[in-house]
Amino acid sequence: MVKSSAVLGPKRKAVNAAKRKDAWAGLLFSLPWIVGFLLFSLYPIGVSVYYSLTEFNIFQFPKWVGLGNYTTLFQDPKFYTSLINTFYMVIIGTPVTLIASLLLAVILNQNLSCRPIFRTVFYLPSIVPAVASSLLWIWILNPQYGLFNSVLKVFGIYQPNWLVDPSFTKPALIIMAVWGTGQTMIVFLAALQDVPRSLYEAAEMDGAGTIRKFFSITIPSITPVIFFQLIMSIIAYFQYFTQAYILINNSGSGSGLNGVSGGPENSLLFYSLYLWHNAFGYFKMGYASAMAWVLFIIIMIVTLILFKTQKRWVTYGDE
Amino acid sequence: METNSIKGSSIKKKRVFSKTILYLVVIVLSVIFLSPFVWMLSTSLKTQEEIYSISKSILPEKIYWTNYKLAVTEMPFLRYFFNTAVITILVVVGICFSSSLVAYAMSKIEWKGKKILFPVIIATMMIPSQVTMIPLYIVYTKMHMVGTILPLTLPYFLGGGAYYIFLLRQFFPTIPNSLVESARIDGASHFTIYSRIMLPLCKPALTSVGIFAFMFTWSDFMGPLLYLNKQEQYTLSIGLQAFMGTHFVEWGPLMAASTIFTVPVILIFFFAQKYFIEGITVTGIKG
Repeated sequence: MVKSSAVLGPKRKAVNAAKRKDAWAGLLFSLPWIVGFLLFSLYPIGVSVYYSLTEFNIFQFPKWVGLGNYTTLFQDPKFYTSLINTFYMVIIGTPVTLIASLLLAVILNQNLSCRPIFRTVFYLPSIVPAVASSLLWIWILNPQYGLFNSVLKVFGIYQPNWLVDPSFTKPALIIMAVWGTGQTMIVFLAALQDVPRSLYEAAEMDGAGTIRKFFSITIPSITPVIFFQLIMSIIAYFQYFTQAYILINNSGSGSGLNGVSGGPENSLLFYSLYLWHNAFGYFKMGYASAMAWVLFIIIMIVTLILFKTQKRWVTYGDE
Repeated sequence: METNSIKGSSIKKKRVFSKTILYLVVIVLSVIFLSPFVWMLSTSLKTQEEIYSISKSILPEKIYWTNYKLAVTEMPFLRYFFNTAVITILVVVGICFSSSLVAYAMSKIEWKGKKILFPVIIATMMIPSQVTMIPLYIVYTKMHMVGTILPLTLPYFLGGGAYYIFLLRQFFPTIPNSLVESARIDGASHFTIYSRIMLPLCKPALTSVGIFAFMFTWSDFMGPLLYLNKQEQYTLSIGLQAFMGTHFVEWGPLMAASTIFTVPVILIFFFAQKYFIEGITVTGIKG
């Protein structure tokens, strides 16, 4: 007994020492991240809560106003305009882009020769820098000289004044988004290639047709991927900014004073853009911080609702 | 026998028919997806008169290089290009360095923090950048760092970009733990294992991370828009935007500039296609 504990003692000590060493190593390896987390995440998050309860223009000391910013926000008509515009993109833009990328992926998943070439063609637009692609589309959608309306004219379809007519500005952005949906398409394509062949073979034995197979096998097998992409896409649309900013400031459709404009009849005033106007156009830092928190809460609620519906339509294979 | 062969040939015909339709659809879609590129290139090679002429042909009558010359000389294009490259290289180095360190701590070191880090990193992904943007801008203003490249690069040396950590953390576990353990028994320190074993073995994942960081930074608009306020510091994104403001209807030079802006990204894609596809599928599926 005595002997064995004498043997165990130093061993345990050695194990403890190794454990301590590992703890130090872990801490050291994560140190850059920890410092960054404190400086660039935790501190600004905390301060942002405080700012949202103050009136603050950077130049003067923050003045406590309690929930004043939030009550003003809920009475601000532009807040509602920006919310409606943003929800337009979330509710229409998300399904349109997801379905388009899924269809492209399904087509690429067929037995095609030269598949890599077509895959590259559909993927390339998604890597064009946002400023370059936005400028390109402003030109493509030019009502008189642009490519898009020239093609519509050939087919005798009504040619809208895309970036000036307020009812067409957001559809124009969705068209741009569909062109740039390559990333999502690649993810869907990889998911489709992971669907077990045996499932299709079994369905063929039972005499299932192409469409039946698509809706009873393909779609259910990739619902986890669809779900993930749905959430990512919705979050991205809630923060939609760059394309709208460039379109407003460069399409000649009315850029306002010091760049604070929402496009034709505020039809491009998205939530993030209005937040930007408040922060860096009017220097209402407190108000803009309150907007940021309301955005966070909206995103959380929508994500939670989606997670709740998950059980009903997302099927995870047995893992 | 006869009916059978007729049936067989009709199935064959049907197959050929559906194949033809499939190729037709793919080709039409490819034309649609490529046409904006063609339009950008052709506009960049047309004279102003031809761009605004009524008889529209997609291809230019005569190739007109002057637009490229204008784009490069009328705005400090090389300056913008250089600025963008400096920021991008710093960010790529910073991200590869700091995210691989944390990812190692999260997957290969046995310590208490291991279990805490992952949920916290995921949580930072959930906070919209709009929340942290304002306090950070105020801090940078007070420290007189607005108008320098520090706000655009420093955070990435300190684990900025949870997405990249996430990508590496998905990849590191594929390197067997036994490799790490046997090196430990041989007396190797964690830093040796990290730099001599993990990094070389994770080259594909690190390359994906580097490429994504490159693409993101090269194209970033909001960051430079917020923090760079002098023209000589502009990146291509901001510079191009400003150029558009002053040359509003000169689509020839504008499209030439857009083309030069886009070419590096497309070149990188063609050289590193494999890593693109792998990186996207790893993060997209196992999420």
